[in-house]
Amino acid sequence: MSLLYLIVGIPAISAAVLLLGGRLTDRWGHLLGALAPLASFVAGLVAFAQLAGGDDEALTQRLFTWIDVAGFHVDIGLLFDPLSAVFVLLITGVGSLIHIYSIGYMEHDERRRRFFGYLNLFVAAMLTLVLADDYLALFLGWEGVGLASYLLIGFWQYKVSAAVAAKKAFVVNRVGDLGMALAIMLMFATFGSTSFEGVAGGMGQASAATATALGLLLLLAACGKSAQVPLQSWLLDAMEGPTPVSALIHAATMVTAGVYLVTRSNFIYDQTETAQTAVVVVGLVTLLWGAVIGCAKDDIKKVLAGSTMSQIGYMMLAAGIGPAGYAFAIFHLLTHGFFKANLFLGAGSVMHGMNDEVDMRRYGALRSVMPVTFVTFALGYLAIIGFPGLAGFWSKDKIIEAAFGENVLIGVGAVAGAGITAFYMTRLMLMTFISQRRWAKEAHPHESPLVMTVPLIVLGALSVVGGALLLNGWIVDWLEPVVGREEHQDLPISATLITVSVLVVVLAGVAAAVVMYGRDKVATRAPSRVSPFTKAARADLYGDAFNEAALMRPGQYLTRSLVYADNRGVDGAVNGLAAVVGGTSGRVRRWQSGFVRSYALSMLGGSALLLLAVVAVKLA
Amino acid sequence: MSATPFLILSALLFGVGAVGVLVRRNAIVVFMCVELMLNAANLAFVTFSRQHGNFDGQIAAFFVMVVAAAEVVVGLAIIMTIFRTRRSASVDDASLLKY
Repeated sequence: MSLLYLIVGIPAISAAVLLLGGRLTDRWGHLLGALAPLASFVAGLVAFAQLAGGDDEALTQRLFTWIDVAGFHVDIGLLFDPLSAVFVLLITGVGSLIHIYSIGYMEHDERRRRFFGYLNLFVAAMLTLVLADDYLALFLGWEGVGLASYLLIGFWQYKVSAAVAAKKAFVVNRVGDLGMALAIMLMFATFGSTSFEGVAGGMGQASAATATALGLLLLLAACGKSAQVPLQSWLLDAMEGPTPVSALIHAATMVTAGVYLVTRSNFIYDQTETAQTAVVVVGLVTLLWGAVIGCAKDDIKKVLAGSTMSQIGYMMLAAGIGPAGYAFAIFHLLTHGFFKANLFLGAGSVMHGMNDEVDMRRYGALRSVMPVTFVTFALGYLAIIGFPGLAGFWSKDKIIEAAFGENVLIGVGAVAGAGITAFYMTRLMLMTFISQRRWAKEAHPHESPLVMTVPLIVLGALSVVGGALLLNGWIVDWLEPVVGREEHQDLPISATLITVSVLVVVLAGVAAAVVMYGRDKVATRAPSRVSPFTKAARADLYGDAFNEAALMRPGQYLTRSLVYADNRGVDGAVNGLAAVVGGTSGRVRRWQSGFVRSYALSMLGGSALLLLAVVAVKLA
Repeated sequence: MSATPFLILSALLFGVGAVGVLVRRNAIVVFMCVELMLNAANLAFVTFSRQHGNFDGQIAAFFVMVVAAAEVVVGLAIIMTIFRTRRSASVDDASLLKY
C-alpha cells in the first residue's frame, strides 16, 4: 500500500482543521500548521528513498475516479516520478523551514492561526499540482495555489494596497489560466484524454499545428503563474503579502510552477520548434526585464521580486532549449528555491528588526546588529550572483552554457543578465548591511529570535552546498527518465571561456555597484533627477502603464459603449414600446366611461357596422 | 298575405326600442325599451317562420321569450337594489364602474 496520498493529505487536513476550527485552534494552530509540511516532508523522503532504491521509473497511486462520462474519464491519481520527487522535497522542505520561520515572524499578528491555515492550503494545492498525473488534476492544484496566493497576498486586507495587489494577482493569473483551460480542451478534443500518459502517447500522431498550439497555450499559462513577460506585472505588487509568503509562494515554489509545467510537458515541446523558441524568447526577455527593474527599486522586497522574475526567466530559457536544458532548468529552480527563500527570509528578518521598514534607503550598516541575518543573507547573495562554488554558480553556469549551445545571442543575453544581477544584488547588500546608518529615529534594529534565524542558517547552508546536486551529473541522470537528455551541440566558444567571461561580467557588475553605492553616502531620499532608464525601471518598465493603455482603457471604453448601447438602444426600444402601449391604453381607457347608454350606443353602432359588412359581402 | 307590413312594424318597434334605450335615463323605461326591441325581433322571427312555412323562427322566438323572462327577473332585481341604496333609478347615476 503506497502512502503517497499522505504527502498531499496531511497539509490538506491540517488546513481544514485550522480554517474550520476557528478560534478553538488559535492557541496551538501555528504548531500544527508548522508540523504538517514537516510530516509531509518525511513522507516525501520515504517515497524518495523508495523511488531511488527501487527499479520503478515512478511510484503511482490511483485514488479515485473523478469524472466518468461517455468518452471522458478522469482518474485522480498520484504520480511520484523523479521530476515530482524533487519538487515534493523542495516544496515540503523549504516550506517547512518557512513555516517554522513564520511562527516567529507572525508572532504578534492576532490572525496567525489563519495565516498558517492558508499556508497549509497552499502547500496542499502545490503538492497536488506537482503530484497530479493528469492535466485536469494539475489544473486543480494550479487554481488552488492561485487561490492561496490571492488569500495570502491580501492577508493584511485592511491595507488597500494589499487588497488591490491580491486582486491584481488573481486577475492577471486568470489570463494565464485561460491558456491552460484552452490547452486542456484542445488535448481532450485531439487525444480524448487529458492524462500525461494519454497526451504523451497521442503526441506522436498529432499534427505540428496542434503541438504548436498546445505549446503556446501552455506557455501562456506558465507566463501567468511564473510572472513572465507579458504577464509579469502582478509579482512586484504581490510583495504586499507577509514576507514568508513572498519567500514561499512568490519566490521558491508557486512561481516556479510555470517551469514545472513546461518541463512536465516536454513531450509536447519536443514536437514544436516554434513553441520552444517562444519559451526561450519569453525567458530571455523576462530575465533582462526583471533584472533591470531590480536595479532601480528601493523597496528591498521589490528588488528581490524583480530578481525572482529574472531568475525564473533563466529557468524558462533553459526549459525552452529542450532536453539539453530541462534538467538545468530544474536544477536552477532548486538552487534558486534555496537561496531566494533565504534572501526573502533574510529581508523579512531585517524588516522584523526595523519596524517593517522596507525602504533600503533607511537601512545601512545592519551587519553589526544582525550578524546571523547578515551572514546568511550574504551566503544567499553570493549564491545568486554566482560566486564560484556556491549553488547559483553551478546552476546558472550550466544554463548560460546551454544558452550558448542554442544561440550566441541568447547566451550573450544570459551573461548580461548575470552581470545586472550582480549589480543590483550588490547594491541591495551595500545599502542594507554595509554603508552608513540611515535608520529612522524610532528604529531599534535587533537580531531576530532563534525560531527565525535557524531556518535562515539551514537555507544559508543549502545555498552553499546546493550545487552538490550536480555532482557527477546526478540531477541530469535523475531526471533523465522524465525529460530525456541531450548533450550540447558544439559550443561556439569553450565552456571554460564561458565560465570565465561570466565571472568577469559578474565582477564588473559588483564593481559598478561598489563604485556607485559603496563609497559615497547613500541618499535617504531617492534622487528625483535621474536618467530616463532609471525612471522607466522604477515604473516597472511601464508594464502597468502598457496594460492600462493597451488593455484596460480600451476594455473600459468598450464596456462603457456597450452599456450605453444597452441603455439607449436595447432598453430604449423596449421602454419606448412599453411607453407607447401604456400611453395608448391610457387614452383608450377613457372610453370605459361607466355610462350604460354610451355602451348601448357603441353596441348599436357596432351591430350596424357588422350588418353593413354582411350586406356588402352578400352584394359583392 | 304579404309579410312586408309585419316587417315594417317590427322595424319600427325595434327603432322605438333602440332610441328609447339611448335617450331615456330611467332604468325601468330603458328596460321596457329593451323588451320592446326583443319583441320586435320576435315579430320578425314569427313572420319569417310563417313565410318559410317551417317552425325555426317560432322556436327562436320561444327561446327569446325564455331569455327575456330570465333577464327581467335578474334585471329588475338589480334595479331594485340600486334604487334602494342610491335612491335613484337613473342609469347615468350608476356610473361608478369605469376607468
